Amino acid sequence: MSKEPVAVVGIGQTKHVAARHDVSIAGLVREAARRALDDAGLDWPDVDAVVIGKAPDFFEGVMMPELYLADALGAVGKPMLRVHTAGSVGGSTALVAANLVAARVHRTVLTLAFEKQSESNAMWGLSLPVPFQQPLLAGAGGFFAPHVRAYMRRTGAPDTVGSLVAYKDRRNALKNPYAHLHEHGITLAKVQASPMLWDPIRYSETCPSSDGACAMVLTDRAGAARAPRPAAWLHGGAMRSEPTLFAGKDFVSPQAGKDCAADVYRQAGITDPRREIDAVEMYVPFSWYEPMWLENLGFAAEGEGWKLTEAGVTELDGDLPVNPSGGVLSTNPIGASGMIRFAEAALQVRGAAGEHQVPGARRALGHAYGGGAQFFAMWLVGSEPPQT
Amino acid sequence: MTEVLRAPLVVEFPFTRSLGPVQSAFLTGLRERTVLGVRTSDGRVAVPPLEYDPVTAAELRDLVEVGTTGTVTTWAWNERPRPGQPLATPFAWVLVRLDGADTALLHALDASGPDAVHTGMRVRIRWAAEPAGAITGIACFEPAGPAADPGAPGAATAPPAATPHDGTFADPVTGIVAAARLDYTYSPGRAQTAYLDALAERRTVGERCPRCRKVYVPPRGACPTCGVATTDRVEVGPRGTVTTFCIVNIKAKNLDIEVPYVYAHIALDGAGLALHGRIGGIPYDRVRMGLRVEPVWTDGSRHPDHYRPTGEPDAPYDTYKELL
Repeated sequence: MSKEPVAVVGIGQTKHVAARHDVSIAGLVREAARRALDDAGLDWPDVDAVVIGKAPDFFEGVMMPELYLADALGAVGKPMLRVHTAGSVGGSTALVAANLVAARVHRTVLTLAFEKQSESNAMWGLSLPVPFQQPLLAGAGGFFAPHVRAYMRRTGAPDTVGSLVAYKDRRNALKNPYAHLHEHGITLAKVQASPMLWDPIRYSETCPSSDGACAMVLTDRAGAARAPRPAAWLHGGAMRSEPTLFAGKDFVSPQAGKDCAADVYRQAGITDPRREIDAVEMYVPFSWYEPMWLENLGFAAEGEGWKLTEAGVTELDGDLPVNPSGGVLSTNPIGASGMIRFAEAALQVRGAAGEHQVPGARRALGHAYGGGAQFFAMWLVGSEPPQT
Repeated sequence: MTEVLRAPLVVEFPFTRSLGPVQSAFLTGLRERTVLGVRTSDGRVAVPPLEYDPVTAAELRDLVEVGTTGTVTTWAWNERPRPGQPLATPFAWVLVRLDGADTALLHALDASGPDAVHTGMRVRIRWAAEPAGAITGIACFEPAGPAADPGAPGAATAPPAATPHDGTFADPVTGIVAAARLDYTYSPGRAQTAYLDALAERRTVGERCPRCRKVYVPPRGACPTCGVATTDRVEVGPRGTVTTFCIVNIKAKNLDIEVPYVYAHIALDGAGLALHGRIGGIPYDRVRMGLRVEPVWTDGSRHPDHYRPTGEPDAPYDTYKELL
């Protein structure tokens, strides 16, 4: 028996900001969930199950969000699951929800991810004082910057490419009312002049800390037929993982990322991602990860990703727009960031992305990764139902 | 075989919490010695109040004031109070349904012993000496005596019903700090203990995977790629190659290192993957990929303080490109 086609019929986000002191965590997730239900024309009783994801427990000290948030998400009396895959969690959470619909376990599933970075401390959560171990000597960006240098050495990319990505994503964010950073006076010169924090990573090439939540309503064919607005259809979805550290690990282009993308393209019948995909929302926490992931995800040959960025191909009006929403560089509620990528990909193929809409987008890729390049989650969504 | 190391690991952090409208009113009320509940969709009164209805998921905002006297619905005796609990002397954990409420609140009851506690007993709030906009604004409950039993002879009246309250107070409490602490005993295990013991002699000892032949430093007792135990100990280094690095320009909290400095991945000779360390003994802007380095040890430190150039010619890229 074939799988049930999965449709995204509701999407809701909070306006992402540095601190939402006006709401509890329950109030924050509720806002996103309510907007997703409104978009889908549904109410709480229409939901059969809830799947929630968040950042690692120590980040904000909420150990059982599925318990604490059941009331706020209308989950009482229904199955509620929690997914846990570090920074990629928003993506894997959406995929778990999608699989429940595809397997005909549930007909309509609410999926949601959140983070209140203002009430948590990611740096502390990642730097527990484990006895006998040498402490990390570099802070958050210090983990990533050596990999960026390795990429530059491997590909010969000029050191100007990182600033181009940040300049593009911050301008795209100006067209997205939900984005956290709205830097109206942004110029390339300002990005290039921002302080070098962890050389080769500049301040303006790093992601912010955000409070925010993102929710989606996923449903079956019958649910999509009843929905008041166009659906985004799931054409392929996959997750892969690998150890954080092992002999032979390629941090610049992890094998798990390549395998995950290949699986998604196979499911979706994509043979030339560069030509067949119209928009990409990829997880770029530091600007240089755009060219790195362009190669890892098969949009460019190895060593060629930076050339797409440099040539403007990934601009909103380029032929492969990357992060039209402004991306993680403009909005980063960690636990929700992966789901925002997935939701923004769905908004593009629904034609509902507003000012940052890629005209005529029919297929879009959402990508998330996390945990020291350990977990990967991706989905490919289309404006038409998959051919089954 | 040497003894495996163990040490305490304390994970402690003060999480802040924004309260939102309902919990803000509840905790501000406790500071003002007023107990607020919320009316649920079916008309019942929940104390503590809820933001969202547990049955219908509706947003709940209809606040009510309830009594400060109530009835124990169930209890458990706590003979040995632990640090941070409401009372330092033995007490009962109680669920108390306050007069006017339909749900029960968890708190402590100050009683002389388990024989002095029973389900159905009447209790009243003992307010904290210092008003607090937190659950600790209630110090504990105490027996209210038979006169407080609405059925008892001489009792004044039936328990008062909940009365509407707009939840508005001057200077509301909008957030709390929730201190979290977890106490673990940490053991790095057999493989890392052997590695750490060797470090004490200023030697770096890894373990080789019998299948893929890669040497893990630090060793973990198993190869994560092949999934087999690693038992063959191999000394690596002391010299190694900088495979990649960054220049740190911002001073990290808790780190007494002057910026800028270089944080590098270093593949010790013979190791199958790089470890991380600081590079010294060379201006930060002269560090490069391929630089040959050796550890610099300081007294009293388990790990090398940093690595410095050996003066050898740089390693060719092809010799370390798999070790970034």
